Amino acid sequence: MLEQLEGSQAIARTVAACRPEVISAYPISPQTHIVEGLSDLVRAGDLAPCEYLMVESEFGAMSACIGASAAGARAYTATASQGLLYMAEALYNASGLGLPIVMTLANRAIGAPINIWNDHSDAMSQRDSGWIQLYAETNQEAADLHVQAFRLAERISLPVMVCMDGFILTHAYEEVDVPSPERVDAYLPPFEPRQVLDPDEPVTIGAMVGPEAFTEVRYLMHAKQLEALDLIPSIAGEFESAFGRRSGGLVRGYRIEDAETVVIALGSVLGTIEEVVDELREQGVRIGALAIKCFRPWPSQEIRAALSDVGRVIVLEKAFAVGAGGIVGQNVRLALGGGARIHDVIGGLGGRPITRRSLRTLLEDVLADRLEPRLLHFLDLDHDVVERELERLRRGGRPGPHAENIVRELGIVAARPH
Amino acid sequence: MAEQPVKHYQVGTFVIGNRLLDPDQRSVQARMERSNTLTSGHRACRGCGEALGARYALDAAMRATGGSVIAANATGCLEVFSTPFPESSWQLPWIHSLFGNAPAVAAGMAAAMKAKGREEVRVVGQAGDGGTVDIGLACLSGMFERNDDVLFICYDNEGYMNTGVQRSGATPPAARTANTKPVGSEPGNAFGQGKSVPLIAMAHEIPYVATATVAELRDLEAKVERAMELRGARYIHAFVPCPLGWGSASEDTIKLARLAKETGLFPVFAAEGGEVTAVSKIRRRTPVVEYLRPQRRFAHLFRPEENREVIDRIQAGADRNIARFGLIDGEGSGDV
Repeated sequence: MLEQLEGSQAIARTVAACRPEVISAYPISPQTHIVEGLSDLVRAGDLAPCEYLMVESEFGAMSACIGASAAGARAYTATASQGLLYMAEALYNASGLGLPIVMTLANRAIGAPINIWNDHSDAMSQRDSGWIQLYAETNQEAADLHVQAFRLAERISLPVMVCMDGFILTHAYEEVDVPSPERVDAYLPPFEPRQVLDPDEPVTIGAMVGPEAFTEVRYLMHAKQLEALDLIPSIAGEFESAFGRRSGGLVRGYRIEDAETVVIALGSVLGTIEEVVDELREQGVRIGALAIKCFRPWPSQEIRAALSDVGRVIVLEKAFAVGAGGIVGQNVRLALGGGARIHDVIGGLGGRPITRRSLRTLLEDVLADRLEPRLLHFLDLDHDVVERELERLRRGGRPGPHAENIVRELGIVAARPH
Repeated sequence: MAEQPVKHYQVGTFVIGNRLLDPDQRSVQARMERSNTLTSGHRACRGCGEALGARYALDAAMRATGGSVIAANATGCLEVFSTPFPESSWQLPWIHSLFGNAPAVAAGMAAAMKAKGREEVRVVGQAGDGGTVDIGLACLSGMFERNDDVLFICYDNEGYMNTGVQRSGATPPAARTANTKPVGSEPGNAFGQGKSVPLIAMAHEIPYVATATVAELRDLEAKVERAMELRGARYIHAFVPCPLGWGSASEDTIKLARLAKETGLFPVFAAEGGEVTAVSKIRRRTPVVEYLRPQRRFAHLFRPEENREVIDRIQAGADRNIARFGLIDGEGSGDV
């Protein structure tokens, strides 16, 4: 049944339908409404049996999920931004221990400068943590991906991160058909791990593994992620059979059949991209879009297949490797090898809107060969501001915090000594 | 078994011989059915206080619960020496996750047991002093504040022994460690304000807090047994000498643990709901030099000449404990 509701509430109710036994979370914007919603459901007794731990940090949140999952409980948490970094050590631990924890990541920028708005710096910083990363384009898909995530995680014994754009999705009200507990029950089998902490069968978990076996453990993590490349489409297919709608999968093409130019992106920005694609198509431009739904494991073959006849690729990403370049872009190069001309474009950092107008200007520049493919391009960058600060440094200016240097250079000083 | 009248005679240790006790009061270790939770073959150093303390504590917890214990262990000596993959010395369900998160992992395990309706399964978390008083303190405080149903045991050997004997928040003043060497104008560890996690635990007013040493193992067992009678967050801080880190003879582990208590440097007590309920009195008041001298980590206090000023400051700390905890009758208020 379609309902008009906030994305976070849709996620909270969907997660509840998956019957987690332990939820452990620490509040951070823009994840808060999700865990508040779950807290309500647990406290009201609508989600039982389930224990909700109000922990003292994200590190504690992930750690409690580790303990709960190792003890055989289906465990869930949600976080964003700094919170993800604060639990980074535990993220690697959960994946290394093969614990199928599911986490919502309400994507948000990482400071400094502190910024609560959306980009993908948080998720991308943990791309090598051993977690599977799925990206939602809409709130419906975000909800559906959680149901698939538990199934996937428990099938291959790896944790799954469902990434949804902070505020843009989490706080948006739109129509969502929340998966009902009955249908989820039919789709998602109970969590029955092989080894749990149980006095009836004492096991040691988390022993110190030396050089003689460490490579094998790491290899297994990699091999399982590669197997997920087969599993994710089949799980999405079964989801479609059970729920009657298509969600998830590895990649999704939009008007790419005869496209010469394709824009690649992750998450909610695809909606804007598709509108600009439609506009350009009306003018006869053979352009399309490719949504990456699963960033880890990296669907190399699917991307190569989707872009086999494409001459020009624009990778629009909401994070980048400082001092190196695009992150998704590098992975796309890995998939495509030589061949296509690939433009890395960074946009939407710290919540800066990616507008149709900006996108259209960008694509027109690309189509007219006005954009140098080897350079990292920043969408809507204020060149005057950065040039002023760079020039100051070239003149031998003193060091200082970046954002505050900009303000000082403009002659604005917040306070005077007393 | 024939009735044998108990004779409380002095053996120089103030400990009553186990065989003289009523069978019900005998150590868990004296029983055929002991669990051997930390069984032989592990790689602890000779004279390791932590291995001894962990075996007594966990066996006591197993006995108190009919063998229904699962454990979370922080990174540290206890974890490393007990579980070199694919071997394990643990004969109970045991997990190691990270250095700083054992209290949170344990809390998650307890939550899982509650959700599954298996509350007869009890959870013990354990760590060294680094994993408890420093890197794990935030998670531990959270576990206390939520009153999670976990007994957390800290095996305090006063330093980061696993990484090569560096100072921790539990390292005593003046002690030599690998990063507080006896060089400069203030040799050894600095005199800080100290960090008593038992008192911090009491400030959370959790159901049970106790300290113990491996010199009085029956006392440690009794405290674990008491802890397992209660639900909610419980904390035991066990003093466990480390021959390697302290530069002490491996046969002196018990002796040093006893001296730590008898000097007043390590007060042994129990508290329920934030109030002290029992204090182990000092039997024979002992100057701190007797405790300090056998340990190479304090050797710079005695050579080339005795550093009276520093020793007096350490003695003052012990005297303050004696007064504060009422460790000797008639001395001090005992108002913790």
